[in-house]
Amino acid sequence: MKYLNEYRDPALVEDFIKEIHRITTKPWTLMEICGGQTHSLVKNGILEMLPTNITMVHGPGCPVCVTSISVIDEAIFLAEQPNIILCSFGDMLRVPGSKISLLEAKAKGADIRILYSPLEAVQLAKQNPNKQVVFFAVGFETTAPANALSVVHADRLKLNNYSILASHVLVPPAMEAILSDKDNLIDAFLAAGHVCTIMGMEEYYPVAEKYHCPIVVTGFEPVDLLQGILMAVQQLEKGEYKVENQYIRYVQREGNAVAQKTIQQVFEVGDRIWRGIGNIPQSGYEVNDRYKEFNARLKFQINIPLAAENTACISGDIMKGLKKPKQCPHFGTKCKPEHPLGAPMVSSEGSCAAYYHYAQADVESII
Amino acid sequence: MCLAIPGKILSINALDDTFRTGKVSFGGIQKEVNLCMVPDVVIGDYVLVHVGVAIGKVDEEEANKVFNYLKDMGEVAELVESKEEKIY
Amino acid sequence: MPQNSRVQLQCPMPKFDFDVITLGHGSGGLLTHRLLKSGVFDILKNDVLDQQHDGAVVEMHGKMAFSTDSYVISPIFFPGGNIGDLAVNGTVNDLTMCGAIPQYLSLAFIIEEGFEMKAFWEILVSIKNAATIAGVSIVTGDTKVVEKGKGDKIYINTSGVGLVHPKALIHHNNIEVGDQIIVSGNIASHGMAIMSLREGLEFETNIISDTVSLKSTVIKLIETFGSDIHFMRDPTRGGVASVLNEIAELTQLGFYLEHKSLPIDEQVDAACEMLGLDPLYVANEGLFLAVVKKEIAQPFLTALQNDPIGKNAAIIGEVTNDNKGKVIMKSSIGGKRMVTYLTGEQLPRIC
Repeated sequence: MKYLNEYRDPALVEDFIKEIHRITTKPWTLMEICGGQTHSLVKNGILEMLPTNITMVHGPGCPVCVTSISVIDEAIFLAEQPNIILCSFGDMLRVPGSKISLLEAKAKGADIRILYSPLEAVQLAKQNPNKQVVFFAVGFETTAPANALSVVHADRLKLNNYSILASHVLVPPAMEAILSDKDNLIDAFLAAGHVCTIMGMEEYYPVAEKYHCPIVVTGFEPVDLLQGILMAVQQLEKGEYKVENQYIRYVQREGNAVAQKTIQQVFEVGDRIWRGIGNIPQSGYEVNDRYKEFNARLKFQINIPLAAENTACISGDIMKGLKKPKQCPHFGTKCKPEHPLGAPMVSSEGSCAAYYHYAQADVESII
Repeated sequence: MCLAIPGKILSINALDDTFRTGKVSFGGIQKEVNLCMVPDVVIGDYVLVHVGVAIGKVDEEEANKVFNYLKDMGEVAELVESKEEKIY
Repeated sequence: MPQNSRVQLQCPMPKFDFDVITLGHGSGGLLTHRLLKSGVFDILKNDVLDQQHDGAVVEMHGKMAFSTDSYVISPIFFPGGNIGDLAVNGTVNDLTMCGAIPQYLSLAFIIEEGFEMKAFWEILVSIKNAATIAGVSIVTGDTKVVEKGKGDKIYINTSGVGLVHPKALIHHNNIEVGDQIIVSGNIASHGMAIMSLREGLEFETNIISDTVSLKSTVIKLIETFGSDIHFMRDPTRGGVASVLNEIAELTQLGFYLEHKSLPIDEQVDAACEMLGLDPLYVANEGLFLAVVKKEIAQPFLTALQNDPIGKNAAIIGEVTNDNKGKVIMKSSIGGKRMVTYLTGEQLPRIC
């Protein structure tokens, strides 16, 4: 596929690896924000190709992993109502709530449909006027425009049987939460390329300045990741802390104006609880007042008690990069993909699942 | 996260702003994709698609720069070295 | 089904008194009798069936393989075939993977009340076609009808028997270090053909299911290479990765793959990229994995590539002494990763 396979060229990968080895003289800890970047690093076996003194820590860039237990419970509550069709992205189905997951709810008879796009949920609502359709709107800023657009469409089509259960999370507040932690180990960030395609790069300049931390907006293919890592290490070796753009084929400094406008039209920023981390102020999107009929929380008056996290799961430390999956006493024993204790073991972008699935081969050398 | 892949626009449905869609080909498979967030695209352009919505357009010139990145770095390094030699 | 193996049956649908199948048709009484007499099953006529015993009486002498499988797929019609094709080819292939020559099949239907006769007829035509191409006879069968809501249009079970080829010695215990892992064609086509129709995920494509009988291809290979073929399996649900993980666990040997050697259709690859699916875990139908002695790997591959169903066959890896019990893959850029068992069904992702 064009504009994809070229960035998987083994010869180019080798050149970048050699250059990274050549210039790295000190130990550095880098965090890639995005779960898709983690997935690519581990799936392609890139981690073992890097110099041993570069440590890649996997950040909380997996909306599946950071969606709080209570929100999963809200989704299950809605799905179990007889008149509601709950639509969701596939990733969310296996994440455990406080009692069961959406997949288990489906097996028990809840009408839950996996969709590729929220716009298809709007079509479903149009085709099923006697049912209520709720779309489980999770994701980072990348997915927010599409979820917002679905509300705009439903409004334009004058549908009264469509709403969204919003659980959006934002990257820059998460980065600040990590950097401001007293135990922070991260020297540089690979920022999420697709988030920045939407939002641009402006939000990262004050962060880089405040924490003296290089931030390189990076893509997802092996060549992208290696170039991003190279650019970050180049800065670290020189003592610089700039915001740079590796993903120049898509990302512009100002981002995508139409996408941002669509987000602002439908959403407002609010506090959000991140599973495993806790409340991060002003770190999520909720449906705003203008579109409140499309806010499933208000529409169905959901009142679920806040659920406590499983205390055995150390997902917060994992997602902040303070611990590695292998350092968790339950990794691979009580906690496996088939019976996860927490979210990072469920989604294949979660650190724990990624290591479990891909990296057991040379576990000592990778972890 | 944010699984998004590039696809080529084969046709554009000239509906109004938010409902504007196009048929996009990803390596031969085709899907109807919403194009309202990339208002300047035309048939033949490559767009980045996430959950059925095009969120960006491929900048073809920038897309190729990565292939020359190391070479250009090498040339710059040589230039700097040769300048330094002259000084000495 | 590949075009060149499709037999064009000139089979107009007989006239029936009824458009849909009802509960009465399975009750064992008059309506069942009417269904049987309607001619809908005439298409499957053969000498054994015509005896109308409770069971089939056939003669077989020698070591026999016996297999059963049930087919519950939805949608029942998909690009490249339907549930009827799968029901015949699936059991034929399971027998073939044991090194047997499939000969007789049983055929049982569980039909949901309200199922259209037209659809049922199409499925029967496909069953007849597939059985003819595979050279098997359907010698006994059963039909039950369940209440609406208690089934999913139609479920089919087929069981089959066949004599084991005298040269076949197929068992995972025969796998040795150095053996080569070969796949008979493009992977993941069937699963993605189904996915292209799935509500909420649909896309336009030319991908078709690879359902086909492997009987003649595999029997020829067994004739030529005999016991140097150590192991074979068709990677249906769970894909190539699941089969390899099973035998890695059973043999406690290491299975090493190279991503760049995996044959995959361009559109199947693109569809997997779009939905975030790993083709190694996607279902196949008319595909098989073979683990063969190193010395015969190349001639085996050439023979397979000269067969109509094997033109995309490839050597995808080998059996090693490292990483015992595990499946390791070298990625297209040279790094290594583990290929584990799938936990449950693979789901499309946004992440």
